[in-house]
Amino acid sequence: MTHPSDTGPAPVLALEDISKSFGAVRALRDVSLELFPGEVHALAGENGAGKSTLIKTLAGVHRPDAGRVLLDGRPVVFHGPGDARDAGIAVIYQEPTLFPDLSIAENIFMGRQPRRALGRIDHKATHTATLRLMKRLGVELDPDRPARGLSIADQQIVEIAKALSFDARVLIMDEPTAALTGSEVARLFGVVRTLREQGAAVLFISHRLEEIFEICQRVTTLRDGAWIASEPVEGMTEDDLVRRMVGRDLEELYPKQDVEPGQVALSVRRLTREGVFTDVSFEVRHGEIVGLAGLVGAGRTEVARAVFGIDRWDAGEVEVEGRKLTNGAPSTAMAAGLALVPEDRRAQGLVMGMSIERNIGLTGLRTTVRAGLMDRGAERDRSLDWAVKLQVKYARIADAVSTLSGGNQQKVVLAKWLATGPKVLIVDEPTRGIDVGTKAEVHRLLSQLAADGVAVLMISSDLPEILGMADRVLVMHEGRLTAEIPRAEATEETVMAAATGRAAA
Amino acid sequence: MPESLTRAVRWDTVVGALLILLLLLSFGTVDGFGNALNLSFLIGNTLPIALIALPMTLLVVAGEIDLSVASTAGLSGAVMGKLWNDGMAIETIIPLCLLLGVVCGLVNGLLVTRLGLPSLAVTIGTLAAYRGIAQIVLGSDAVTDFPTQYLDFASGRLGNTFLPQAFLPFLVLLAIAVVVLHATPFGRSLFAIGASEEAARFAGIRVKRHKLILFTVTGLMASLTGIFWALHYASARYDNATGLELSVVAAVLLGGIDFDGGRGTLGGAIAGVFLLGALQNVMSLLNVSAQSQIVVTGVLLVISVLGPRVARQISVARAGRRAAASTPTS
Repeated sequence: MTHPSDTGPAPVLALEDISKSFGAVRALRDVSLELFPGEVHALAGENGAGKSTLIKTLAGVHRPDAGRVLLDGRPVVFHGPGDARDAGIAVIYQEPTLFPDLSIAENIFMGRQPRRALGRIDHKATHTATLRLMKRLGVELDPDRPARGLSIADQQIVEIAKALSFDARVLIMDEPTAALTGSEVARLFGVVRTLREQGAAVLFISHRLEEIFEICQRVTTLRDGAWIASEPVEGMTEDDLVRRMVGRDLEELYPKQDVEPGQVALSVRRLTREGVFTDVSFEVRHGEIVGLAGLVGAGRTEVARAVFGIDRWDAGEVEVEGRKLTNGAPSTAMAAGLALVPEDRRAQGLVMGMSIERNIGLTGLRTTVRAGLMDRGAERDRSLDWAVKLQVKYARIADAVSTLSGGNQQKVVLAKWLATGPKVLIVDEPTRGIDVGTKAEVHRLLSQLAADGVAVLMISSDLPEILGMADRVLVMHEGRLTAEIPRAEATEETVMAAATGRAAA
Repeated sequence: MPESLTRAVRWDTVVGALLILLLLLSFGTVDGFGNALNLSFLIGNTLPIALIALPMTLLVVAGEIDLSVASTAGLSGAVMGKLWNDGMAIETIIPLCLLLGVVCGLVNGLLVTRLGLPSLAVTIGTLAAYRGIAQIVLGSDAVTDFPTQYLDFASGRLGNTFLPQAFLPFLVLLAIAVVVLHATPFGRSLFAIGASEEAARFAGIRVKRHKLILFTVTGLMASLTGIFWALHYASARYDNATGLELSVVAAVLLGGIDFDGGRGTLGGAIAGVFLLGALQNVMSLLNVSAQSQIVVTGVLLVISVLGPRVARQISVARAGRRAAASTPTS
């Protein structure tokens, strides 16, 4: 392992040869890690590499089977999350859980508010203490404002402030940026830098590699539960990091094939949903991948929902291969050959308690039928066929989808829709929160589908993905389509300019 | 733990086993339980609950509930009595009453699907409303002089057996309900809707239409039950079947239908119905007071909500251990 320097500060937190098994599976094998005050340390690895287990060990949720956790050089044993918190270790999760009707200050000091005589809450002291925390973080948030309506980034900042109020010296941030927009990420990173300068140690997890390079000084990579490397970020390339994570040279992340676009498959004309999006018109041709970019909240997902019939539109029309779709009727959209892989796979894409087989089967309720009854054999064959084609990793097809990893769940959603043989496929954030290996697989699949003549509309907040995969890029800003950029002219600058409404495209 | 044991923890199997156990015990130890008259009483008294439990099971699986069923049954009986008093032919009255049930169910369904109101609130409202209408229609009269061949059918037995004549039609309806819930695309959709309405909608399932159909069929079955009730007990009163909805819901939940929707089997629900019916019968034979019977039923209802969860947690814990053995972390 590489220390910043032998004479430098001692690690505030260290893991020594930690092992943890669940049943027969060794989730962590002899993993070591040192966190120094004043550093942001990335934890990299694919889904299933052991990151979550490591975090849970640090947070006191799991107890290691072997190895030691050292705090300021002294071995400690955490019997529960409370112990870890008292030791100054705080975990900031992807989706903060604040009480929406309480103020920021009340959320931070929940259950341990400063008191006045007779046990009354000292609101003034709470207010000032919160202001002090906000000042330390270098942000301006009104302590008396209710948590409801705060952006996710601001909610995370409140969580960080809460952690600081517990005198946390080690902050573990588990994919904090997954649901944030570009400007929110910048805001969060500002806070992280402030913390670093004040001497906190931050363990940072993200699937977005560019963020690791932007904010972290060192990176520890895990693969299959084993420690691979701990090294300075400086001098590394993204390819180096990916190679450590997947253990081989990854084939191209954006394997876009050149396809000559065919006839118009999806045609959206002057589509409007009042107060949500206005006058949106575009076409997607057979064989084309069209990217739909924009900031979160620009109305991209809402357009997809309306096109598929989840929400009604107020004006305009949608055609699939010249056939007009009924307003607000997903079943007719499906019948016309439209498929939507939704943004939220857990709530919208899958019925979590149902088996893999039946989830894929849900789109075949009209086809795997004989004499009005479910043809279970046909349903199983169809589900197995697509689960295998998409290389879903599962134990049994009858297992609940909730037992699968995020990447494999996403493959089940794709399988479910590809099984319908769609002419037009809309994918909304198809690779959010899934590891880089699976991401490349999904991209290869989309590229192959387009080559086979499917018209693909891809909504993504991941700009490199849009630039790498799309033949054309549509950009939305505040409910309107503001630009259409051909592949050759699409760059981060042109797309972001249109997405933020800066450019007249 | 072998997988066969994990499967055996399924709550509907537990309820089925409990029912068989109770029957065997009662045959052996409870005086008067095994004679044909008592058994036909038991089944005849349980049939109204069983009839309504069929559509109620489908509703609860789809994540909805209908508490107005007993009132719909009472209203159908009351209207039947009123029209019979007015001299209308019974052959005309029965279809009209069934149509009334369809309307009652449709009103519930439209309020739930068009206005997006929670079915618990809607059907508590119509529970009161339908019962009120029944009282307006019939007042405090009791109509008893229905044609004898109808009364005989509703209370008679099959040949020399202890089975009520109405048991055969019930078996046909049960078979239809089992096939619809467990073997058709419609039934499969109900499980998806109950488990995640949003995911079902994103899979192109017409959620509102499915629910509207369910409420309408529930109204129809409730009114059929009301007609059966009036004939079986040879009495049409406005307060017929009062409180029956609680027995139905208790039995369905006891049978392992998850109150949150998405889980359960009709076999379990029907086992729950007859377990509850047999238990009440046995308690009456043992001279347990009516008040104590209510306490037992209440306790059973709590257990029925708790039991399946405990059973599921056990199997989830096992599945989790299995899953942990194949993938290290989430």
